[in-house]
Amino acid sequence: MPKDSGIGASTKRREDLRFLTGAGNYTDDINIHGQAHVHFLRADVAHATINGIDLADAEKMPGVLRIFTGADFEPVGGLPCGWQVTDKHGEPMQEPKHPIIAHGKIRHVGEIVAAVVAESLAQARDAAEVIGLNLTELPAVVDMKTAVADGTTKVHDDLTSNLCYDWGFVEENKDAVDEAIKNAAHVTTLELVNNRLVANPMEPRVAVGEYSRSDDMHTLHTTSQNPHVIRLLMGAFVLGIPEHKLRVVAPDVGGGFGTKIFHYAEEAFCTFAAKAVNRPVKWTSTRSEAFMSDAHGRDHVTKIELAMDADNNFTAIRTETYANMGAYLSTFAPSVPTWLHGTLMAGNYKTPLIYVNVKAVFTNTVPVDAYRGAGRPEATFQLERVIDMAARERGVDPIALRRQNFVTEFPYATPVAVEYDTGDYEATMAKLEEIADMGGFAARRAESEKNGKLRGLGVNCYIEACGIAPSNLVGQLGARAGLYDAATVRVNATGSISVMVGAHSHGQGHETSFPQVISEMIGIPEDQIDIVHGDTSKIPFGMGTYGSRSLAVCGSAMVRAAEKVINKAKKIAAHLLEASDADIELKDGQFSVAGTDKSVAWGDVTLAAYVPHNYPLEDIEPGLEETAFYDPANFTYPAGAYACEVEVDPDTGKVTIERFSAADDFGNIINPMIVSGQVHGGIAQGIGQALLENCAYDENGQLLSASYMDYTMPRADDLPFYSVDHSCQTPCTHNPLGVKGCGEAGAIGSPPSVVNAVIDALQSGGKNVAHIDMPLTPSRVWNAMNNA
Amino acid sequence: MTSVTMTVNGKSVSGDVEGRTLLVDFLRNDLRLTGTHVGCDTSQCGACVVHVNGEAVKACAMFAAEADGADVATIEGQANADGSLSVIQQAFQDHHGLQCGFCTPGMVMSAAALLKDNPKPTEGEIREYLEGNICRCTGYHNIVKAIMAASGQDVAAIAAE
Repeated sequence: MPKDSGIGASTKRREDLRFLTGAGNYTDDINIHGQAHVHFLRADVAHATINGIDLADAEKMPGVLRIFTGADFEPVGGLPCGWQVTDKHGEPMQEPKHPIIAHGKIRHVGEIVAAVVAESLAQARDAAEVIGLNLTELPAVVDMKTAVADGTTKVHDDLTSNLCYDWGFVEENKDAVDEAIKNAAHVTTLELVNNRLVANPMEPRVAVGEYSRSDDMHTLHTTSQNPHVIRLLMGAFVLGIPEHKLRVVAPDVGGGFGTKIFHYAEEAFCTFAAKAVNRPVKWTSTRSEAFMSDAHGRDHVTKIELAMDADNNFTAIRTETYANMGAYLSTFAPSVPTWLHGTLMAGNYKTPLIYVNVKAVFTNTVPVDAYRGAGRPEATFQLERVIDMAARERGVDPIALRRQNFVTEFPYATPVAVEYDTGDYEATMAKLEEIADMGGFAARRAESEKNGKLRGLGVNCYIEACGIAPSNLVGQLGARAGLYDAATVRVNATGSISVMVGAHSHGQGHETSFPQVISEMIGIPEDQIDIVHGDTSKIPFGMGTYGSRSLAVCGSAMVRAAEKVINKAKKIAAHLLEASDADIELKDGQFSVAGTDKSVAWGDVTLAAYVPHNYPLEDIEPGLEETAFYDPANFTYPAGAYACEVEVDPDTGKVTIERFSAADDFGNIINPMIVSGQVHGGIAQGIGQALLENCAYDENGQLLSASYMDYTMPRADDLPFYSVDHSCQTPCTHNPLGVKGCGEAGAIGSPPSVVNAVIDALQSGGKNVAHIDMPLTPSRVWNAMNNA
Repeated sequence: MTSVTMTVNGKSVSGDVEGRTLLVDFLRNDLRLTGTHVGCDTSQCGACVVHVNGEAVKACAMFAAEADGADVATIEGQANADGSLSVIQQAFQDHHGLQCGFCTPGMVMSAAALLKDNPKPTEGEIREYLEGNICRCTGYHNIVKAIMAASGQDVAAIAAE
């Protein structure tokens, strides 16, 4: 019988009521009295020297308050990078300056060249049109391998080359890996591209800056997944505003997917300009601007070699990846191809020797950073593709090959630094075989063939590392921040509770699921508990929401704070019941003395805490509010197995997804409905990457896919109903809820099975196609078939 | 400036607009009906779908002046008179048909227009109709399911919660 409240219940989402009635409060819905608007003039060339900017005509245009250029930002800092990677020689990465507004040089299409602040947005746009730019165009660096060749134009004159870092992991294992590959019975080699994507949350980014002269207080309203991180980075590194004079608010945020983690120039600009023009300053991105200013995702070019012994046991993996950083280092960019990618190369398999080399490269393109999964999809894709290819080369069943090499004993220390605490990869694979009805595939293939279509089945496994931690470890790895989280549980006098959390909900449903946990712990109804998030003036601190960390990290902080509250409340109850603290039990909102019928209700105890007439004031303080910071001992390791069935039209190359099944192990689950929804959305993004989405540049660095006319977003009719299951649960051993995180799994786990399925379909039709790079558009599939 | 008058969610409203003012900007900025969203600038995402004289329209693809005299319905007017959710809104909540909520107003308005013309659409008809509404969060599974449920169809057999 499913529960109807608390942990494990599919409680309907309370936030839906405002979203369904148009009562949401997104950043663009915020309009402050007297606000001005900014329009950014953005570069339409990829690489150029700025010889001069003529503002004379523009400044005379109606409504213009002030026009800013790079020179205005000389006195302030550039955008900081939050992660420093050390290269294989022990040297720090090359780290260029990242200006708020281009100064002297333009380095990518979309870079801000000037900012017009005017009374109205239309006036700002009109004025921007008459700004005179005197530019000398330079050759653009677009292709990564060309970028690191000798003699190539440099993106940054003050760096030694376009190579950000050359990273080896684990460098000490390199010789042993080389030796194992040389001596292997079989080596499968695959070269592939992990296509550049744009996250495309449906809400474009928005920033509204405000400044109050009366108390020297800056406020930034922004579309962020982590307002405290923005406050820290922008206050300390860019504008020099102390944290107590800077409030960052991220209200309802319309999706993030990673791209709203980062600190962007527009946020710093609006905060800076609000003081400079003494007016609130608002910017709302258009979708076209989003394509050329939101950090992009993926964009790896990889060669992977998988070595096996004569019995098809994996013996070694060696990879070489070129990772595009774009023109500047976005906030967490350097960590994505390294610590979020190299550490995942063991996957679900007991390969004893692994070596990962990553060359991060500057190009004249938009900066690239974390996008849903961030490094883990890239690791999973290459591994699960090369395994499928190996199975085909060896003439063995791809599922059997995976099973044979599964990690089966936990904890398992991989050769790439991480230790998996729990998992059961056989269980998720067996569940997948059931829900995907693999037994019925042959009949479905026969039916497709009768209709002139090719049908393929593709499978893959995945593992991810979520809730990146602990802070002392990530500090050693180059993180310039801690990765804990915080929560305050504030119990009000009448027993209702406000929980201030550092996590930020932008679609994940925290307002519903977090109270389920507190309700379970205390035994009061969920509707007596509210979550407060997204405002640095209201919550103690927090690192925000990304990397599937909210419940595993912030949820754990919330549990710790609630435990402190309960411990104190038990002392108060013991006093009221004239019993010993140790004998007090809390169940269903009632404190009772063990073994007696004496009890006192939650609300009576909380009232006593705030009206302490009968209260042990000599022992404990009045009030009932506790804060906890939680720094996890390890990552969490969700894992699973996915299956995709496709039909390919041999006449056109068009691929249709016929079935998609996902068996995930997320550990314990708070709200199964929300978890399924997270997986659905991730799968759609993964299918989008595999079949539809591609961020394309031409050789001059022109962005070819800068609108929904050119960049194919998955639509409802591109996708089927999915079959998802998360009944396989091996709880995390090191956090109090036993949870692992579910936000990214779908996007990590789905692309390989789609491509594996298409290759399977083509092979079934006698086409000897070993690999096609994503996205598998009709023209790419058709060309592969007809050149095979 | 042009003076426009229209009925929005049953109330007569008027305002002065520039010729280039889009209906969505008039709704959001002049009337402060911020439930209608803007997610793109090429009339493709569908976050701004409203009803104009009973037809689903992308409010970013129509000038406010063109709606002069029209009967406009937005997400703010969809709930029942007692404030309870409409059948479609309730189905979206019951079946978790929204996550971040940004595309949701357009989805609900499109769904309402679809069900007016086609009271029992098939899965395929719903998916085809939603071509002009992009959602990045849900993978559409629960949106399609919610619309089927709102049309009175049994969705119990469709996988997952």
